[in-house]
Amino acid sequence: MNVPTPTLPGPVGALPARPPRRWQVPLMLAGMALLALASFVEVGVEWRRLFTHDAAQRMGRFLGEMVDPAREPAFLARLGVAALQTLAMSAVGTLLAAVAGLLLALPASRVPGQPASRWRQPTRWLLNVLRSVPELVWAALLLISAGLGPLAGTLALALHTTGVLGRLFADAIENAPDGPAFALRATGLPRAQTFLYATLPQALPQLLSYTLYRWENNIRAAAVLGVVGGGGLGQMLSFHMGLFHMRETGSILLATIALVALVDLLSNVARRILNP
Amino acid sequence: MLRPDTASATMGAAATAPDALAVDRYRDPAWRGRVFWMLAGVALLAPALVAVEFKVWLLFAPENLKVTLRFLADSLPPAVAGDFLAMVLRETWRTVAIATAAMVLALLLAVPLTLLSCAALSVSSLSGRMHPLAWAMRQAVRALLVVLRSVPELVWALVFVRVVGLGPAAGVLAIALTYAGMLGKVYGEILESGELHPARTLLRNGSGRLQAFVYALLPGNARELTSYSVYRWECAVRSSAVLGFVGAGGLGQQLDASMKMFNGGEVATILVAFVLLVALADAVSAQLRRMLG
Repeated sequence: MNVPTPTLPGPVGALPARPPRRWQVPLMLAGMALLALASFVEVGVEWRRLFTHDAAQRMGRFLGEMVDPAREPAFLARLGVAALQTLAMSAVGTLLAAVAGLLLALPASRVPGQPASRWRQPTRWLLNVLRSVPELVWAALLLISAGLGPLAGTLALALHTTGVLGRLFADAIENAPDGPAFALRATGLPRAQTFLYATLPQALPQLLSYTLYRWENNIRAAAVLGVVGGGGLGQMLSFHMGLFHMRETGSILLATIALVALVDLLSNVARRILNP
Repeated sequence: MLRPDTASATMGAAATAPDALAVDRYRDPAWRGRVFWMLAGVALLAPALVAVEFKVWLLFAPENLKVTLRFLADSLPPAVAGDFLAMVLRETWRTVAIATAAMVLALLLAVPLTLLSCAALSVSSLSGRMHPLAWAMRQAVRALLVVLRSVPELVWALVFVRVVGLGPAAGVLAIALTYAGMLGKVYGEILESGELHPARTLLRNGSGRLQAFVYALLPGNARELTSYSVYRWECAVRSSAVLGFVGAGGLGQQLDASMKMFNGGEVATILVAFVLLVALADAVSAQLRRMLG
């Protein structure tokens, strides 16, 4: 490499010591390359079929019909109702999750300087399980007991998000500055009041911004939950797409994108107000 | 911030803390605000609860409860037949394969788009404003990235299932497109928020943009870029498990099939495989990121 040597103070021409070679890096890269290769073999994408005239034509027709979205008033009214339902699903799901997450975060967090409660690890396992099952799978499971409709979707969002928020909340509570809580504990206040008047106010801005961030995520998730029967825009989408109503599909996709953008905007504004 | 003395008095602590601080006439100064926001929240929430048909009691209606309990009882010994387990294992590997192949494609797409859109590689902005043409090109590439990532991958998958047919190819393409949008955006942000001085110096001294990227931006930000990519791979594993629900192969498709047959035992096994897979991806990703420092 002929990178120009910077003129350093010290002995002329003394290059800085070569960084140590790490054998892990080539090994890691080789492993990744192997994994990628094996993956392509396993998946077996038929590239030739993808770039045929036929596929291009189908894709073209698909996109062409979507360019002219459906605008009939009756359809737009239904679309509006579905969009509101999706919005409500995301909001209710996130709120329920914020409350449940906070309740679970209490046993899952430890007071600095004190031994962890024996509920900490089991609660964290529960949160992990809630978190690692995606919303869509929760929705599919809940369809059995809640039936088709937005209730299953909302509860699914709430369950998954509880796992995510509970974990984040627990960490935020553990990392909150301990001074005020220590002062209140020293006056002999019970733990609930110490939490409500010292720890919670300290951690609240962070908890709120996590909740808003999850809301942005959940509006995306709520928009697709309907595909398995969870109500809202997704249900309309899978219905019309299943019947190859491409103009309606185009409108629904545009509405989804607009709704996601709207929630992103609202959440950004709220965050700016909360954390000036 | 509340003063401790007001706090101790508010919560009726007079009964528990018999010290001089607890005087009844101290009240929570924020009480009105709290009540107001609580009521406002309930008022906002009420129509939303109606819109999502929030009838939780339906869950406990006798006929629904019976179905649920039967399903749960059914799932209790999870299915552990040899050939079923082998199938679950194969589908788990396929889920990982879909995610990995999609990440490779997403990288192939995202890296050039990042190079095109990254303002840190602009030569004209070294001296004053960016050239209008270059500015327009960068904005156009950014708009493309926004479009790519604002359509959820499940929707892309629905589209591709119709174009390339059922199977993992649709899942790979769907994840690749969405993730290309996300990676392109975040890579650009990482590069622009890092140390710009080395790249600017190289550009000023007449190096090409690609050289400035390879010798200045990339070494400076390699750790962060790799760490984010690994995290995204973990997310891709989760996504690909879900895409099976619309026919894109992998664990999701098996789960969907078992659910439709109401086979609780198989559902339980697949769910366990699912949780283990996510935990494994989580651990591998954390380990790789730790190795990077």
